[in-house]
Amino acid sequence: MASYTVSGALQRVLFGLQRVSFKSRCHVNTTVSQYSTVYDSNEKTFDKILIANRGEIACRVMKTCKKMGIKTVAVHSDVDSSAVHVKMADEAVCVGPAPTNKSYLNMDAIMKAIKQTGAQAVHPGYGFLSENKEFARRLAAEGVTFIGPDTHAIQAMGDKIESKLIAKKAKVNTIPGFDGVVKDAEEAVRIAGEIGYPVMIKASAGGGGKGMRIAWNDEETREGFRFSSQEAASSFGDDRLLIEKFIDNPRHIEIQVLADKHGNALWLNERECSIQRRNQKVVEEAPSTFLDPETRQAMGEQAVSLAKAVQYSSAGTVEFLVDSRKNFYFLEMNTRLQVEHPITECITGLDLVQEMIRVASGYTLRHKQADIPINGWAIESRVYAEDPYKSFGLPSIGRLSQYQEPVNLLQVRVDSGIQEGSDISIYYDPMISKLVTYGSTRAEALQRMVEALDSYVIQGVTHNIPLLREVITHPRFISGDISTKFLQEVYPEGFKGHQLSDSERRELVATAASVFVVAQIRSQRFLGNLRVSSSQQERRRWELSVELEKGVHAVTVSHSGSACTVDLDGKRMDVSSEWNLASALLPVTINGTQRTVQCLSRNAAGEIELQYFGTSYKVRVLSKLAAVLSKHMPEKVPEDTSSILRSPMPGSVVAVSVMPGDTVAEGQEICVIEAMKMQNSMTASKTAKVKSVHCKAGDTVGEGDLLVELE
Amino acid sequence: MAAFTVARSGGRFLRGLYAFKGLGTGRYGPAVSAVRSVTQQQMRSYCAGHLSVQERIEKKRRAALVGGGQKRIDAQHQRGKLTARERIELLLDPDSFVEYDMFVEHRCSDFGMEADHNKYPGDSVVTGQGRINERLVYVFSQDFTVFGGSLSGAHAQKICKIMDQAMLVGAPVIGLNDSGGARIQEGVESLAGYADIFLRNVTASGVIPQISLIMGPCAGGAVYSPALTDFTFMVKDTSYLFITGPDVVKSVTNEDVTQEELGGAKTHTAVSGVAHRAFENDIDALLNLRDFFNFLPLSNQDAAPVMECHDPSDRLVPGLDTVVPLESTKAYDMLDIIHGIVDEREFFEIMPSYAKNIVVGFARMNGRTVGIVGNQPKVASGCLDINSSVKGARFVRFCDAFNIPIITFVDVPGFLPGTAQEYGGIIRHGAKLLFAFAEATVPKITIITRKAYGGAYDVMSSKHLRGDVNYAWPSAEVAVMGAKGAVQIIFRGKENQAEAEAEYVEKFANPFPAAVRGFVDDIIRPSATRKRICRDLEVLASKKQTNPWKKHANIPL
Repeated sequence: MASYTVSGALQRVLFGLQRVSFKSRCHVNTTVSQYSTVYDSNEKTFDKILIANRGEIACRVMKTCKKMGIKTVAVHSDVDSSAVHVKMADEAVCVGPAPTNKSYLNMDAIMKAIKQTGAQAVHPGYGFLSENKEFARRLAAEGVTFIGPDTHAIQAMGDKIESKLIAKKAKVNTIPGFDGVVKDAEEAVRIAGEIGYPVMIKASAGGGGKGMRIAWNDEETREGFRFSSQEAASSFGDDRLLIEKFIDNPRHIEIQVLADKHGNALWLNERECSIQRRNQKVVEEAPSTFLDPETRQAMGEQAVSLAKAVQYSSAGTVEFLVDSRKNFYFLEMNTRLQVEHPITECITGLDLVQEMIRVASGYTLRHKQADIPINGWAIESRVYAEDPYKSFGLPSIGRLSQYQEPVNLLQVRVDSGIQEGSDISIYYDPMISKLVTYGSTRAEALQRMVEALDSYVIQGVTHNIPLLREVITHPRFISGDISTKFLQEVYPEGFKGHQLSDSERRELVATAASVFVVAQIRSQRFLGNLRVSSSQQERRRWELSVELEKGVHAVTVSHSGSACTVDLDGKRMDVSSEWNLASALLPVTINGTQRTVQCLSRNAAGEIELQYFGTSYKVRVLSKLAAVLSKHMPEKVPEDTSSILRSPMPGSVVAVSVMPGDTVAEGQEICVIEAMKMQNSMTASKTAKVKSVHCKAGDTVGEGDLLVELE
Repeated sequence: MAAFTVARSGGRFLRGLYAFKGLGTGRYGPAVSAVRSVTQQQMRSYCAGHLSVQERIEKKRRAALVGGGQKRIDAQHQRGKLTARERIELLLDPDSFVEYDMFVEHRCSDFGMEADHNKYPGDSVVTGQGRINERLVYVFSQDFTVFGGSLSGAHAQKICKIMDQAMLVGAPVIGLNDSGGARIQEGVESLAGYADIFLRNVTASGVIPQISLIMGPCAGGAVYSPALTDFTFMVKDTSYLFITGPDVVKSVTNEDVTQEELGGAKTHTAVSGVAHRAFENDIDALLNLRDFFNFLPLSNQDAAPVMECHDPSDRLVPGLDTVVPLESTKAYDMLDIIHGIVDEREFFEIMPSYAKNIVVGFARMNGRTVGIVGNQPKVASGCLDINSSVKGARFVRFCDAFNIPIITFVDVPGFLPGTAQEYGGIIRHGAKLLFAFAEATVPKITIITRKAYGGAYDVMSSKHLRGDVNYAWPSAEVAVMGAKGAVQIIFRGKENQAEAEAEYVEKFANPFPAAVRGFVDDIIRPSATRKRICRDLEVLASKKQTNPWKKHANIPL
């Protein structure tokens, strides 16, 4: 039988995945790699797998299935009928309407889909039913394989209270805290007092930062208890909460484990996920800059011992908090494939989904602990449809009018489940993609990430690329001096976008002026029209005024061929490019330095929006004459926003706490908006009387919708 | 010796004139430099009499350049408005303006108007020709600083002169309106002036493009000139159009209404449909007008312009494959389709705030100007009603008059039912759109994206109305009506309505019934639409079709 070899040099396998057809048989020499992942078509696993998930993770799982020759079944909600994961699958079944509890969490419908399609196994991805023991139990009852650990491991690790007890028993370091369910807010305050502030209140059944609040005093504890229990109830259908000591200034470092059903378990090194906002990860890397081999080994061994303690099989992740003295504490174990698994794949060369499928069909692990390498460095940026200028990211929705992944760059992997024209809706996670770059060193991986972020075209939704690019180029991040508080510490006033240096400002002004001139010249190029004046020569010199962030610059541009020479404040800059005005990507060379600028929009009134260093800047370019005359133009008075409360994001109104005529104090809660399963308290910006209320509980609101007016 | 001295002082005078010009060098250049070369070469031969003429010429010219004087210019600026000359300078290419009739003065001798201080060279309008992106255009710009821009006989005569010349050479006319109305002192002469302009507006209609930009007041009879032109644009907050002002309204109908509410940009772009678009301020408006001008041919004898284009004509648009929702009752934004298909996502929408259930505007396909008409499912399900029919009809007729190919995107559930529509005359108004599409002989390409129901299917540039290329997307449903309604009629009173409905959907809610009859030429993948249209336009560029000779057709007005 033809057994075929897949490159062990992970980057080649995985990066190859982006471009090479999965059906093509690839024979790749394995001599470069430290070990090879050989798999044999005789090693029979499943004929057909149903993927009980959506978006990028469903696509990710299908890629490996296709590689292994396994047929795939997608499930989808009605709004997802033409989603990428549906198109990619061999078969697709609609399991209900858009809300997740009616579709992707609808076990009855999914069980029906399994029966209908004859799938032998189910890969749950992450989220949804991935850590639902009831689902695993029902599958087992039907004789369908759950590609994940056994029910009892899910149960044991899924409950944070029980998992902590087991961890303690397995001699895993744990955080001081209250090992039980907290009944009410007052009890929470009492326990918090015993443990000592700060404390963390979190959903017993939770994960992914949902239903999680940190409290520094009694008042915050009460409020946190209320929100967490509501969120826990809506996200997990289980409002039990627990409280533990909150470790100040910690790093979040997790160990990937992989175990089979025969008592073998491996640790596949760590991932550092310290860059977080609201306890949700933003940038991850593997390995960590912080761990020394001893700590890594100690953490790895504890993780494996925990896995063994619960007879774990499949891939799983043991999360630790690590303090500044490299003490580490068990946080929780995720009994599923993690979002950030690709970076582990990059440095170890393993295809985790493939290993999960093998293990689920009963095979033993093919690797020994000593075989697990750390090859190079991998970084993952989570690209979200979010507005990073609001609390480091509030969800945004919309249609991806233009979308172009930077997959033409080397050593870049993009895991996504969307494409141009896809809708980012309020129903699901607003993640656009996971952008992974790989390099032999961290510096190389980071440099590639910069290039990849600059070349990533996303239009139609607000996205967090400005934040991602700032984080990965921040000196503290580059030096590895990070903690889970990185964002709050580096941007105490909130994220404001890239801050331009003087020379960057000049580059940006020169680029905008050049784009303007090139566009003006083109607008005189009528093809085959004999009625265009031939007497006048093409203008070669343009006197312009460029406005950027309230600064006005007098600029002279002369143009010849593809080059513009820009004179700005007595400094000469040469800006050249192919000047393709139809493309969002605008690679320019400014005085010999290459920059990838994006031209997001351009209009007749001289407004040009450029994305530069990840951040978008609005620039206004006018002829000198128009600039002089613009002083006569009336100022348009912007709306007074202090007495108007607008929804900062699309979502639904959970509660409205005021009525017209009420007097509210500054900071008082006015209403609660839930978006993407996060509850957000909207507060009054000043003390005033409520003039009118424009929403009620249960309403769906869009970004910028008027909620409440104050007098 | 004396002559020489005078000549030198004349030279200084000219330098003074240049200094006065301030901002741009060579503003109004050609005319002035011509004068200078005359004086320099020939000054020695002039006698004193000639010199005094020379001096008078310069004096008049200088007076014309400041219009109503610095004080009134300042007041104009205070109102957030530019002067007539500043506007022209922003609108046209640098140094391209050639002014006419700078020496024309009003001829009124009543009410003390004959006094010298009441005479302004050029009177209350600046006229001439120039270039926008190197293409010829005739312009008049009313000068509010002179008698509030009021229309005298002389004022009207100046406008008529450039309109006549524009007709002779075949070039568009742009009017920048900023006028308090008729010159009351002149009485009937002023009214005659209006009528002279109206007549020219009408004879020029369909021969050269005429564009009005309202940049200040425009009231009374004056409003009919913009109304007769092809496009009327306004400036937000500083321009008004009304037949009678708020005071008269109050005395006649006892309504309390502000100028802005009665005839501001918002009223006319969203409510009355009188104006086609509004811009933030004078500068924005003029820059946008330059942009808009590039879409238009210079006259009905010229082909629609083709511009250098960087957007590949064979570009696939993958986003279009998912833009139409699977549920046929769910809305989507027709602008997503239009932006995806046209060059560089650039779409100049006409009347974006009025009758939003139909979208019309200009774009380019592979550089060539096209007119786009699309039902907008996002608003009132994209149905046709009185306002959207009239909006669409006028746009289609403009395109047809000026050789601009028409691309129509169809997703229409039918005409809007109801007493309001019937009493309002949906029958005759809907007929306008039908008339316009049927009569048009320019290349017509139609894409049925989803619903094409009932009479509205016929109307929307169907094959039957001489559509050159008619495509259906796989999501297209060409039928007399939706499944539910149809089944209720066909199977009235019978059971198993649901089953019958499913059968109807199977039979008719797809593009096949139209395709097998050849009513659509092909069923195409949405993502390939741009490629197909670009290719078709190239083929249709040489299309020649004429309607039978007639004095003019009788569109149901």
